[in-house]
Formats: sequence, structure tokens, C-alpha cells
Amino acid sequence: MTAKRVVQKLDSTLDSVNDVERKASELASECGFDEDEVQRIEMAVREAAVNAVYHGNGYDPNKKMTFVLERTPESIVIVISDEGGGLKESEIPDPLAPENLLKPHGRGIFLMRSFMDEVRIRNLQPGTEITLIKHVREQGADGKEESK
Amino acid sequence: MTMKSTTRQVDGVTIVDLSGRITLGEGSTMLRDIVRDMIAKGQKKILLNLGDVTYIDSSGIGELVSAFTTVRNGGGELKLLNLTKKVHDLLQITKLYTVFDIKDDEAAAIQSFK
Repeated sequence: MTAKRVVQKLDSTLDSVNDVERKASELASECGFDEDEVQRIEMAVREAAVNAVYHGNGYDPNKKMTFVLERTPESIVIVISDEGGGLKESEIPDPLAPENLLKPHGRGIFLMRSFMDEVRIRNLQPGTEITLIKHVREQGADGKEESK
Repeated sequence: MTMKSTTRQVDGVTIVDLSGRITLGEGSTMLRDIVRDMIAKGQKKILLNLGDVTYIDSSGIGELVSAFTTVRNGGGELKLLNLTKKVHDLLQITKLYTVFDIKDDEAAAIQSFK
């Protein structure tokens, strides 16, 4: 598989969210992920992008979302960062805790972690960088999927 | 495809047929307005038909939760009908599958409202 890297600086809008979601979806399809897996990747990327433009940048026209999409032989890597106040990983509540189940917010990071192989959150001071990694899997000799 | 909705009344139950995407800034705002409007009209038996909903993000999930609690706090009941596999899986991993009353048959769902 040919390596590929795309870097974009985008406005803090929902159009940008839809744009990065579509690009990630196209790349995941090109990498041979099945429809369910493509949708999970798409959703994780959407959550990270919403986090950047809405929670991070607050739709501020002066703040940008940076989007990096990288395909390596082993994985697809998506890095999304914002210029907002920063996200403290230790302060993210567990959305599965009984006291949080009926809260309307707080599931984005959880969904990213559920759908991707690796999720890294880095405080940029200012801003937050979220790295999403999905490993490309190949069919093994026995027909079962195996990690590369 | 953004969200679309149509509302109908069957045996005192308000059924909202939703289709498309329930996501931040699109369907989620519309869903909030629909539920507020129904509560303002005194409708307390609400069945959201999600059979043609293709995609829900965390904001959409949050809006479903808000709708559920708002209706319940107002003395009403909100139930979900016809979940697609994707939405079903999403509600399961977020542990909301046990919170919502979920039905897969419209007639039985209507009967289940007290």
C-alpha cells in the first residue's frame, strides 16, 4: 500500500466536520475496511472534529482546526487539533457510570476509544490534539483476520 | 442527508417517523424542537420511529437522552421504535439500551403505552 499524507487547516465549522469525516471515510474504504468498520472510523473522526470546532474552538472564525490524515502500510492515522482552552483527559467523566448515563454530553471520547485501536490526547497549551489510529488488518492463511 | 420527520397520531400516541442523520447542528436541533413542541401541546405518549435513521453521532445520542428525560420529567413516556443495527449497537455500547424502552413492532408499541 502506498503511503499518503494530507494536512489541512480548516475553519471551525460543521462543513469542516463533514469534510474530514468524508475524507476519513474514503481513505478507510480504500484501505479495504468493511462497511461497518468504515462507519466506525468515520464516526470516531466526526467526534474528534466536533470536539475541535465546537468544544475546543467554539466555532470561533479566528481559530482553525488542523487535520492530518496519514496512511502507512500498517495503519491509518488521523490527527485533529484545535486552538481552544485544552482538554484534561483526567477530567473526562465516565459516560457509562450510572450517574452519567442520562447526561446529554460526554460520550465523544468514549466513542472514539470504542471504535479505534488507539486514541491519544495531548494538551497543546493552547489547544488539544487527538490522534486516532486504526490498524490495517490482512487475511491470514487460515482465512481469519490478523493484525499486521 | 439531513434529518426529516413526519408526525402522526395513532390511538392517542404521537408517532414521529424520523429519517436521515441525527447529528450536531442538523438533526439534533430539529429533534429538540420537535420534542419541545409536542410537550407544549400536552402530548405525553411519544414514539420515535428510528427505522430510517442512517446515522447518529454523540450529539444525536445526547438529544435522544434529553428528549427521554424531558418527556419523563413532564409525566410522559417516550419510547423508541425500529432501531437499525447501527443505532442498536450504538445504544448498546453506551449502555443506553437498558435505559430506553425499545420496541420493534409498532402495534405492540402503541399498546404498551398506559
